[in-house]
Amino acid sequence: MIDLDFIIGHLNYWLFIVLMMTGLYIVVARGNLVKKIVGLNIFQTAVFMLYISIGKVTGGTAPIYPVDSQGHMQVDPSIIYSNPLPHVLILTAIVVGIATTSLALALTIRIREVYDTIEEEDILEIERKLSAEDNKIHGPAMGGRA
Amino acid sequence: MSAADSHYVAKTFMDHLPILQVVIPLISAPLIVFIGNRKLAWVIAMAASATAFVIACLLLAQVKDGSFISYHIGGWAPPLGIEYRIDALSAFVLMLISGIGTIVLPYAYTSVKTEIPKRQHVLFYALFMLCLTGLLGMVATGDAFNVFVFLEISSLSTYVLVAMGAGKDTRALTAAYDYLIMGTIGATFFVIGLGLLYMATGTLNMADLADRIANQGANRTVQAAFTFIVVGMGLKAAMYPLHHWLPNAYTYAPSAVTTFLGATATKAAIYVLLRFMFSVFNPGFYFEDWTLYLIFIPFSLLAMFAASFVAVFQTNLKRMLAFSSIAQIGYMLLGIAMLNATGLSASIVHLMNHGITKATLFMGVGAMVLYSGSAFFDNLNGLGRKMPLTGAAMVAAGLSLIGVPGTAGFISKWVLVQAAFENGWWIIAIAIMLSSLLAVIYVWRMFEVLYLTAPDEDCTATDPPLPMLIPMLILAFACIWFGFDTELTLGSARVAAEGLLAGSAGMAH
Amino acid sequence: MHHHLILRVVTKMLVGAIILFAFYVQFHGDFSPGGGFQAGVIMAVAFILYGIVFGLNKVKQVFPPWLVHKMIALGVLLYAGTGVASLFLGYSFLDYDAFNPHHPSHGQHWGILAVELGVGITVTGVMVAIYYAFANRPPPMKDEDW
Repeated sequence: MIDLDFIIGHLNYWLFIVLMMTGLYIVVARGNLVKKIVGLNIFQTAVFMLYISIGKVTGGTAPIYPVDSQGHMQVDPSIIYSNPLPHVLILTAIVVGIATTSLALALTIRIREVYDTIEEEDILEIERKLSAEDNKIHGPAMGGRA
Repeated sequence: MSAADSHYVAKTFMDHLPILQVVIPLISAPLIVFIGNRKLAWVIAMAASATAFVIACLLLAQVKDGSFISYHIGGWAPPLGIEYRIDALSAFVLMLISGIGTIVLPYAYTSVKTEIPKRQHVLFYALFMLCLTGLLGMVATGDAFNVFVFLEISSLSTYVLVAMGAGKDTRALTAAYDYLIMGTIGATFFVIGLGLLYMATGTLNMADLADRIANQGANRTVQAAFTFIVVGMGLKAAMYPLHHWLPNAYTYAPSAVTTFLGATATKAAIYVLLRFMFSVFNPGFYFEDWTLYLIFIPFSLLAMFAASFVAVFQTNLKRMLAFSSIAQIGYMLLGIAMLNATGLSASIVHLMNHGITKATLFMGVGAMVLYSGSAFFDNLNGLGRKMPLTGAAMVAAGLSLIGVPGTAGFISKWVLVQAAFENGWWIIAIAIMLSSLLAVIYVWRMFEVLYLTAPDEDCTATDPPLPMLIPMLILAFACIWFGFDTELTLGSARVAAEGLLAGSAGMAH
Repeated sequence: MHHHLILRVVTKMLVGAIILFAFYVQFHGDFSPGGGFQAGVIMAVAFILYGIVFGLNKVKQVFPPWLVHKMIALGVLLYAGTGVASLFLGYSFLDYDAFNPHHPSHGQHWGILAVELGVGITVTGVMVAIYYAFANRPPPMKDEDW
């Protein structure tokens, strides 16, 4: 029995799960460094969506106290406000996401300048060759990538 | 002064210690960038780090008897406001992190001159102070989302610090990129867990969370939150099998960075794990028991054996020490899984003992790299004889890594075996001793290369300059000192473990 | 880019308006969506747009890199300095009541304005610095080989 109420009522959680899994899949499955960053961004955006969607209170308005002409705040306890806290948390998380993305892109640019490629398989090949040369000189090592 | 002020008592310097612990390194970072002078950068960093260490010691002195300090930021009372909460466990880890930061800075003064290009030095010290701020903030705060913010501050600076090793080996760039992707996934999992907790309880203050979760009972949201938080922080703590970023990041980063990170970054993550698992989620949380038995114990045993086994076959000393770190983190997680006071105090005291041991070892490696150019065993032949003081420090730290009686490492392994016997887990106790045997193998390899092989003819190595030598000797001395005088380390760890096991009752206001 | 007349003229007209809008968003953070981060990004967009249309060297004459780096540090120092100022006045860290003990709400107003200003300065600096860092890298292919 498909409980339609349950599905529609939890729509934001379904969307969050879909986006989160999409983002994680892209990070894992795509070999291009920039595409991995895109996947990471989608994953983080899913988390933002989760937080903001839970902040909405049914029938709630924007959580700002109105100010009358003299500049005094009018506090009316009967008005329902949406929860402002998740928005604050997400602002912080968005800024962190931007810093992470720009750092990842800067690293990608430098990797491109050094290895001339941004495909993960090619980079792994190059690094495997580098380690093989090291191992030829210094003896065989075990385990670990590169 | 109006009537409203007559009953406001101004706060003194000692009142502000919890926040100054974080604010002083935080201010030093932009100050270093603003002033922009290379020499002044080191002076400011050293001053801020030393002050942070003094503050951490003062805090530990205040909370050593099991009490806690609560500081309200912005004057807003918790649970609405952000509070900083220092108890014995926090103060202990704060002392470790700030102490390692202060000791690594003189070492870094000489080491970065050879490993990092000149124009990046100012940014190196700024990032170092930012990383220190992030780690200190993670430990000092009592608000769950604040942990995430400081976690990201420290992580982002760490990624850049690791990438700064690209001057010597370009694989540092891919190592930093991998660490970035994995670390961000871990931190985002932590945020998802926090979101689920917020949905279930409506608060972000850790003490308040503890109260409300205790009233919730077996709730799917809380269980899912627990899983996400454990996986997220487990990735940051290099819990097996989420350890993959560690060997590359430690091997290709500059020596000073590896020393600092190897002793602090994973320890702060384990602190957050401890805080959430015991103080926020009750130890009696039934889901937690299953998690500990089914997941922590098998994976930490795997870590102890597999990582030590891989470490034996490495040809690069730094890489070997990195895999050994993964194994030691396995010990700490095993101690957590024991769920008794002795096991927890073993984990906590191993945080410190392993921190100083690994810091000494990585410092020694960095000193040898100064003269030999790379950390491969081939290039380190006989350096123990040519650099006697460095070699002695590495011997002391190596013995501590194995757990020879008379060194700090023995204390933590001894308490861990005691905890296993308390639970009646003979097999686990035997496993601990067997993996220490594996540690003997790879540490013996190090001794053999350093002392029992003849040095190359054109080897010009001598003991490193004083700024590198003295921190190494201090730490090596600490390895041996804390093997005999355990009052500070084991005493604080026991108080901290009791506080943790009291669960959410331990977080009462 | 010296062919695109419309772009150049429109950019010259728009840059001033963008900066003005950034100031508007900065100071209206307590009445409407806005605040330091958003204002900082909008302000940075003005400079980045100018840089894209007129070239990196021109925008570096207006906003030299050393100034950008100092601005980043200055904003953070402003924010932390506000907190430390309240420490010196005897209150908790970032307790804005310290700035006006008689009327705490005015103190809050000034405190929030100060920290948002710090945030705006830093974010402007960071966004422009990211643009400079990425645009500065020499391309691996010369323009004639496109």
